[in-house]
This record gives sequence, C-alpha cells and structure tokens, in this order.
Amino acid sequence: MKKYINLGSKDTRSGFGAGLSELGESNPNVVALCADLTGSLKMNAFADAHPDRFFQVGIAEANMMGIAAGLTIGGKIPFTGTFANFSTGRVYDQIRQSIAYSGKNVKICASHSGLTLGEDGATHQILEDIGLMKMLPGMTVINTCDFNQTKAATIAIAEYDGPVYLRFGRPKVANFTPEDQKFEIGKALKLQEGTDVTIAATGHLVWKALEAAEELAAAGIQAEVLNYHTIKPLDEEALLESVAKTGALVSAEEHQMAGGLGESLAGVLARKHPCPQEFVAVQDSFGESGTPEQLLLKYGLSTDAIVKAAKAAIARK
Amino acid sequence: MTEIKDLQRICSQTRRDIVRMVHAVQSGHPGGSLGCVEYFVALYHHMMEHNAENFDPDGKNEDLFFLSNGHISPVYYSVLSRAGYFPLEELSSFRKLNTRLQGHPTTHEGLPGIRIASGSLGQGMSVAIGAALTKKLGQDSHLVYSLHGDGELQEGQIWEAAMYASAKKVDNLIATVDANGQQIDGATDDVLPMGSIEAKFKAFGWETLNIEKGNDLTSVIEGLEQAKALTGKGKPVAVILKTDMGAGVDFMAGTHKWHGIPPNDEQLELALGQLEETLGDY
Repeated sequence: MKKYINLGSKDTRSGFGAGLSELGESNPNVVALCADLTGSLKMNAFADAHPDRFFQVGIAEANMMGIAAGLTIGGKIPFTGTFANFSTGRVYDQIRQSIAYSGKNVKICASHSGLTLGEDGATHQILEDIGLMKMLPGMTVINTCDFNQTKAATIAIAEYDGPVYLRFGRPKVANFTPEDQKFEIGKALKLQEGTDVTIAATGHLVWKALEAAEELAAAGIQAEVLNYHTIKPLDEEALLESVAKTGALVSAEEHQMAGGLGESLAGVLARKHPCPQEFVAVQDSFGESGTPEQLLLKYGLSTDAIVKAAKAAIARK
Repeated sequence: MTEIKDLQRICSQTRRDIVRMVHAVQSGHPGGSLGCVEYFVALYHHMMEHNAENFDPDGKNEDLFFLSNGHISPVYYSVLSRAGYFPLEELSSFRKLNTRLQGHPTTHEGLPGIRIASGSLGQGMSVAIGAALTKKLGQDSHLVYSLHGDGELQEGQIWEAAMYASAKKVDNLIATVDANGQQIDGATDDVLPMGSIEAKFKAFGWETLNIEKGNDLTSVIEGLEQAKALTGKGKPVAVILKTDMGAGVDFMAGTHKWHGIPPNDEQLELALGQLEETLGDY
C-alpha cells in the first residue's frame, strides 16, 4: 500500500494564511475581511502587505458578511475570516440572502471548526456547519485535510466564480499531501486502493483514515481511502466506482452525523448503489473542553473508531 | 434636469402602478411603497448617474442604490421600469409564478436594476458599505445610496454597519431612513420606541440631515442635494426622510394598516380616482 509521510505537522489555518498571502500578490481583486481574529486566522501577512485591501470589521460578523457581499459589486473577490461558528450559524441569514441567494462571489473561510479547537469548549466547537452550508443552493463546501491542501484550496477558490465555504481548523496535524498538488473543487482523491471497504473521510479525519487503513491492512483487510475535501458538489462518481469494488462504506468526519458528509454519501448509495455504511461522526451531541486528541477519542472520531466501523461495515455485507 | 412638473407626473403614475400591482395579485406592500415615491423618483430621475439601458451588475462609474427594506418592492419596480431598466408590461407579472418581479427584490431571476436580494431586514447598509468600499478601491467617485425602514433600525446589524461606516470613513454613502413611524404591528413608538433616530446616527459619528416633507418632491430633491454636498468629507451621511405611509391615497395614508394589505376592487377604484394617469398605465 501507498506510504504517506508526515512532512511536519502544521495547522490548516496556516495553510489558509499562506494561500491568502500568495493570492495577495497574484490577484489584485482579492480582498480580505476579518472580525477581530486576524492572528487566529493567520491573516496578518495579507493585512500587513495589503492594508488597503484588508478590512478589519471588529466583532461584527453579520456586518462582515454584508460588506463582503457588497464588495463583490464591482468585481472584488472577498475572503472573510473568522471561526467556523461565527462564519455560519451566527450569520446564516446574512449568508443565505446577501451571498447565496444573491449569487455573490464571497469566500467564507472558517477556522477552528469541529471538536479539535479543543479547550474553548462547546460554545465554539461548531459541529453543524457543513450541514448548514451544504443546504444552501449554489454553495460550494470544502473541508481540507492538511496545510498543503488548505493552501491549494484557498488559491483554487479565488479562480472559481461563486460562493464558497472553506472549512479548516486550529490544531497542528500531519501535513502529507504533495505541496504542488493542484486543488480541484469537487474531485475526491483516492489515497489508497482497496477492495474490502471504502473509507471516505474529510478534514482532519483523512489522516486518521490513512492510519486506520494501515491497521486494517495488518489484519488482512484492504481499505480504499478517499479524501472528500469537497462535500458539495459531491463527487458521486468516485464513490460509486469505489463501492462497486468494496461493497461497504465508512464515512469519517469531524461533524455531526446529521447534515455531514456521511449523509450526503448515504443519499448517493440509497439512490444508486445500496450497501452497508457506518458513520464515524458526532452522534447528536455538543462537544466540551479537552485536548483535540482527547476529544476525538471521547466522541468516537479516533483511528480506532474508523477501524471498528470498517469491520462493522464489512460484517454487514 | 427634468422639470419638477414632469417628475410629479412620474410620481402620480408610480402611485397608480403600485396600487394596481398589489391589487392585481392581492398581495404586497402598498403603504411603504406609496410613502417613498418621491424619494425613488428624485433618486432615479434626478440624483443618480446610472445606466438603465445597459444594466451592468458591477455598476462601475455609476451611482448605486440598495433597497434594504425590500418589501417596498412595488415602488422600486415601478420606478426601475419607468426609468428604462425593463419593459413596463413586466409590472403585470409582479409576484406571479415565473416572474422576475419577486415579492422581494432579488438578483436571482436577473431583473435589470437589482444588485442584491433584500427582504430579510437589516442587511442592506452592510452591502451598501461593501459596494462603497469597492468604489473607493477603484477610484470611482460615484456615490452609493441605500434606503431603510425606520422599523428596520430595530435590527442589530444596522448598528454594526453604522459603527463601521463612520469608523472607517465611508463617506461616499448616503443612507436614508424612511421615517414614517409605522411598522407591521403598529406605530414604531408603540412597538419599540427608538427615541431620536437622528441622535443615534450622530452618536455613531454620522453626518445627519432631516427632510421634514418626504412627500414633497422639491423638499426631497433639495434634501438629497444637500446630502450629496455632505459626502466626501470623512463621514457617512444619514438622511432622515419623514414620510407618510400610504401617501397619495387618503384612506391609506398615515396608518400601519396598509403595510401589507392590498386594496379590493372598490378600494382600487377609489385610489385610482385620486391619482392622475399621467404616463399611461402598464
């Protein structure tokens, strides 16, 4: 099986910051807005290099979304930055009306998503954002897995004309995707070939899925691993091609089961290729304070949880 | 400049359009629409530099207008159409299936003249600020206008936007408040008294200006000209436009009751009897 090497752990939010800085140089229409979290979002470099194209809006996320929508009128490409909780749930109506329904070319960039923001606890650990955003007509939803992919995605979404939700996180995680890999919106990546079970993972759980595949291989189970960095539009073809071989699916994500990647995939299976599916996701609960690893373990999002889910899915074939 | 007399003729026809549109589909918001006729006509036929024939959603090198209180779409549609943005006969499709003239304005159906969806209140000032910032970045000296209901000021986002606009010196923005003192459930002073709107904007660092006779065309034009003269001096400009909800139709005027109620056949005839057909009905 293919061997993946951690090139050195980094936070995905820094990938966003690096991508934004590059865009600052390459695309004069890119502008950025932040609601008092410039350091947390790693937007400092862009703000320092392009003060005229950086808008500090203060702690006023609703206003930020509206200003971003307005900035597109005249051709700017606004990137908003705040925590995932304040990028979605807090401003859902603003996004729905002024951005999604109005078809505005705004890039909603959200850090500190999921449980792995850690000690701040459940008020800040949004686990519903993918669901909220994928329900909006015309919204593209992306959840990247490491530094390199987040940087590549940040650059790619500037080229795409339409509203995008880009979700990333706080902790340092394995950086393993190739630095030069071009990001293709809506195209799932096959990371491991396998015949017994498909593991479709997104975000931080992609690395865990690779770890799980190694453990499964040691037990004689060949898992195919798909990196679903784009939840919407969903790559149906990649899923169907994989489950046609494996006949069983595990979805893995740092999100509620309700509204997540797993449900999107289940919808495809139900319509086109019914087969067993297990869901590695948060089961209708809020998070709590703790370290990222403790939380992933407690809420059933660990490597071990993916291994168990894979075995359960295979057993139900 | 178009003569006041001519603009008054447009106002009368716009009022006819409004009552006929909401009557035809037996829904919509005539009260606020009638109250803002002079503002819209002054804006689109006198104040703004804009290109109705070749609508450009980006609006570069044009003045822009954003309607934040989207429910008064009848006046917006009538004025846009009569300014040349889209065919007059399309007004008859208002609120009907497959129309571009949705109950609340939207870009979704591609109606020329509309640059943002509005309806859910409180969002338009932020959008106007964003558009004003883009104008500044592009060295475009044209202005951005926005209109808000007074009841709409109860939405918190308005004050986020108001704080930002003055702090960041968005001085190419003229935000007008339709101060008719009414909202759906009654008078604003009964529903949620807001005190002095002008004092609030002043406290937020805005330049303010009152137009006491918001249904007198000359007063509205003079007031907007003064507002324009206040732009470019480091502060956003708030215009408090005192209007009568339902103005121009005696039984609709001065009450919240016609906020979202259409006239029946008899009431339509009564209303049309008070409004001269000057430019031909759609």
